[in-house]
Amino acid sequence: MAKITLDNLGHCYGGRPANRDDYQLKPMSHVWEDGAAYALLGPSGCGKSTLLNIISGLLIPSEGRVLFGEQDVTRAPTAKRNIAQVFQFPVVYDTMTVYDNLAFPLRNRRAAARYVDIRVKAVAEMIGLADRLDERAQGLTADAKQKISLGRGMVREDVSAILFDEPLTVIDPHMKWELRTQLKALHREFGHTMIYVTHDQTEALTFADKVVVMSDGEVVQVGAPAELFERPAHTFVGYFIGSPGMNVLDAEVEGSMAHVMGCALPLARRYGRLSGRVQIGVRPEFASVAETGPGLPVSVTRVEDVGRHRVVRATIGGVEVNAIAQEGQSVPENAEWLRFAPEAVNVYADGWLVEGEAA
Amino acid sequence: MEKTRNNRAWFMVLPVVALVAFSAVLPLMTVVNYSVQDTFGNNVFFWAGTEWFTQVLESERMHDALWRQFLFSAVILAIEVPLGVAVALCMPKKGFWASVCLVLMALPLLIPWNVVGTIWQVFGRVDIGLLGWTLANLGVDYNYTQNPLDAWITVVVMDVWHWTSLVVLLAYAGLQSIPQAYYQAARIDQASRWKVFRYIELPKMKGVLLIAVLLRFMDSFMIYTEPFVVTGGGPGTATTFLSIDLVKMALGQFDLGPAAAFSLMYFLVILLLSWVFYTVMTNSDKAGKGA
Repeated sequence: MAKITLDNLGHCYGGRPANRDDYQLKPMSHVWEDGAAYALLGPSGCGKSTLLNIISGLLIPSEGRVLFGEQDVTRAPTAKRNIAQVFQFPVVYDTMTVYDNLAFPLRNRRAAARYVDIRVKAVAEMIGLADRLDERAQGLTADAKQKISLGRGMVREDVSAILFDEPLTVIDPHMKWELRTQLKALHREFGHTMIYVTHDQTEALTFADKVVVMSDGEVVQVGAPAELFERPAHTFVGYFIGSPGMNVLDAEVEGSMAHVMGCALPLARRYGRLSGRVQIGVRPEFASVAETGPGLPVSVTRVEDVGRHRVVRATIGGVEVNAIAQEGQSVPENAEWLRFAPEAVNVYADGWLVEGEAA
Repeated sequence: MEKTRNNRAWFMVLPVVALVAFSAVLPLMTVVNYSVQDTFGNNVFFWAGTEWFTQVLESERMHDALWRQFLFSAVILAIEVPLGVAVALCMPKKGFWASVCLVLMALPLLIPWNVVGTIWQVFGRVDIGLLGWTLANLGVDYNYTQNPLDAWITVVVMDVWHWTSLVVLLAYAGLQSIPQAYYQAARIDQASRWKVFRYIELPKMKGVLLIAVLLRFMDSFMIYTEPFVVTGGGPGTATTFLSIDLVKMALGQFDLGPAAAFSLMYFLVILLLSWVFYTVMTNSDKAGKGA
C-alpha cells in the first residue's frame, strides 16, 4: 500500500497539444492519500476513465509522472504496479470455477498452494460466495460475476490500490446497494486505497471519503461530500451535484451586495473587484419563495412533489431557478419573490469560486 | 397472451412445402427409388430390396474410399483449425493493415473451385509448374501424378490454401468480439500470453470455432471438384474420395442402383456426424452453464 502522487500529469491522445483545450486530461497535480476511499465523479467523456487507466498503467500519459510511494511508475507496466482494477462489465474467466478465478492472480504470481487456499477462502467469505466455490463462473448472474471481479481485486494482500471503473453499471438496483455497502465495509476493514469512478453522484457521495469532481478533462474540486454540497469550487460542481442543481445567475458584485437583474441581494461576505464573468450560485435548499419582497421577482412555473420535499420551479428573465420547500414548509399560492439565505450565496468569477473576506 | 389455434395457418406454409418438395424431397425420392430397384435397360425396373445396400456396404472399394475420406477430413481439420486460429491471432486488430489482411484472407474464398483445382494442377506440374519445377530443380523427387504421397500432399495443401481463410475470418470475428476489459484484467492478474489464449480467447472463440469445424468438416467430407481436377482421383485410387468414387460409379460405370444406395448412405453419414459434432459441442456448453 502506498500513497499515489500525480505530478503535473497530463494526457493528449495525439501527443502534441497546441493549447490547453487539446488535452483529454489537462495537466494537474494531485495526491491520493494511502488508505482513503476516493470517488472520481464526472459526466461521460470528462476524462475520468483516462485518468484511471493512467493510474493502472493501461495508458502511458503524454506528460508528467505517476508515483506510487516514492517510486516513479509512469512507464511501468500494469503488472509491475501491484494494483487491482474492477471493470464496468464483470470480467470472469468463464471456463474456470469460482475458486480458480479467485486464485488466478495469486497463482500467476507463483504463490504457494497453501497460501492461495487460505486467501481464496477468506475472500470468498467476504464477498459471500464461500458456498459456491466449485461452481463454474459462466453460469453465474451478473452481480455474482462482478463479486468475483471484486474478489480477484481483494485476493492479493499487498495491492497498492484498488481501482473501480463504474463497477455497478450492469448490476440490478437492489444489488447495487448491497455491493456498495459491502465495498464500504471492505474498505473499513482492510484499509486499501480505493478509487471509484462513477458518473452517479449518489454512488460517489455514499462511497467516498473524498470526491474528486472532473469536468472536461480537468479536476474542478476535491472535497468531502459536505464541502461539495456547501461550497462548490466551480459552478459545474454546483449543478452537477445536487438534485436539482445549484441556481446560477449572472450578477454584479460590489462589496457585500450583489445585483441581479437590477435587484440588490445581501451577501454574508465582502468581495473586492472581480474580473471576468461574475455569477452567484445558491443551492435550491437555501432558496425559498414568498408573496412579498425583498428578493428577486420570479414567475413560478410549477411545484413538484417529490416525496420528502417539494421543488418549486420558476423563471427569472428566462433563466430557470429552483427552490426546495422542506416538509411542513408551505409554498404560498401566488408567490412572486425568490429569497436566498445570504450565508449560502457563493460568488463565482469565470466559473471559479471566489473566497470573500468576512464582512 | 392467449395463443390462437387455427388450423388454417397450415395453408400459409403450403408454398414452402411445395417448393421444398420439388427441390429436395422429390429428387431425393428418385434416388431412393433407384436404390431399391434394378434394370436391364428399356426403363424396365425390378425390385431389388436391400441388395445394393448390402453390396455397397460389403465392397472393399467403398471401405477404402470412406477411410480415405475420414483421413482427409481429419488431416485438413487438424491443420486448418489451429492454423486459422494462429493466423487470426497474428492479424492486426484495427487500422489500415487489418482491412488489407481481411481482403487478402477473403481472396481464396472467392475463387471458383475448379479454378482452384486448375491453379494447383498447373502449379504442381514438374515441366511447367512453378512449384513442381522448383522442387524438381532442388532435387526433390516430387510428382503428384505418379506418387500417391505427393498427390495427397498436393490435395491437402491445396485445401489448406483454399479454406484456412474461412477459419481465420471466423476466428477473427470471435476475437474482435472480446471486450478490451478482458485483456486489461488479464494484465492486472499477470496472466501469461498462453493463459490469455487458454482462458479468455479460446473460450470466447468456442462458438465460432464450432461453426468453423462443422463447415469445414461437411465441406471436406463432400470434396469433389478440386482433387478431381488435380489428380482425377489418382494415382490409382490414392485420392479417390467418396464423391469422386460415387461419380465414377454413377456416371462412369452407370451403376445407378449401387450409386443410389451409396449416396443415401453418404448423406446419412454426413448428417449423423454433423449432428454428433453439434450435440457434443453444444452439450459441453450447457454443462458449463448448468453447473
